[in-house]
Amino acid sequence: MAAYEKLVRQYDRQVFRIAQHIVQNREDAEDVVQDAFLKAYEKLNQFQGNSKFYTWLVRIAVNESLMRLRKRRTGKMVSIDEDVETEEGSMPRDLADWSPDPEALYGQSEMADILRRTIQGLPPGFRVVFVLRDVEGLSTEETAETLGLSIPAVKSRLLRARLQLRERLSRYFKRRNGQAQAQGQDGEK
Amino acid sequence: MTCTEFLAQLDDMLDQDAALPLRADLQEHLRECDHCEVTLSTTRKTIEIYRSHELYELPDDLRERLHKAILAKCKKC
Repeated sequence: MAAYEKLVRQYDRQVFRIAQHIVQNREDAEDVVQDAFLKAYEKLNQFQGNSKFYTWLVRIAVNESLMRLRKRRTGKMVSIDEDVETEEGSMPRDLADWSPDPEALYGQSEMADILRRTIQGLPPGFRVVFVLRDVEGLSTEETAETLGLSIPAVKSRLLRARLQLRERLSRYFKRRNGQAQAQGQDGEK
Repeated sequence: MTCTEFLAQLDDMLDQDAALPLRADLQEHLRECDHCEVTLSTTRKTIEIYRSHELYELPDDLRERLHKAILAKCKKC
């Protein structure tokens, strides 16, 4: 039990973050953390050393999170298996450069708020791929194995997730830049 | 190389695992195309910003509460 407690301490933050990203609700994320670690404990004898414990645990946590999401949105399908057809993100539209550096325009908490709102707008199947691959740093192969997707499917979703996020952030930053410039002009008058 | 062809390689470019001859090809397109240059730099920045901000922190008190609950349930198994 002490060894398992060590594993809980090692991975709880990551599991909580991934769950929050998927379920978008703190109470559900707390339940997911508990259920995922409990399930992993119950199934420890099924864990085969050919994958990392972390990716195996993440797989359990992702499945638990999707189940919560389905429960909450009764009747509405939530699946990471179906490919989401969307024009958005297929070809970049907003092509203004981000200068000055957007991080200089916002405080930490304001930026975090923008990032949360932006990523929450992505379809779950894109969001989870982006979070595992780009935020949590799993490899493409690990992400595919964790989600039960093919490598081309992971790559395709990752590209569209990245482009959609870029597009949405661009809109925020452009607005803020416009406001800053307008204030600057007012000040000059 | 067209912008669509460039875009199809964007992930490899971001993940820096494009084969060398391809990279030269992509670099050449980048020199000529401002749009793709901006797309690459701002997409790279998008990833950086998300990596560097902790969006969902697990507060210490909640963490301890979760540990207790998890271990209590595991002991009952």
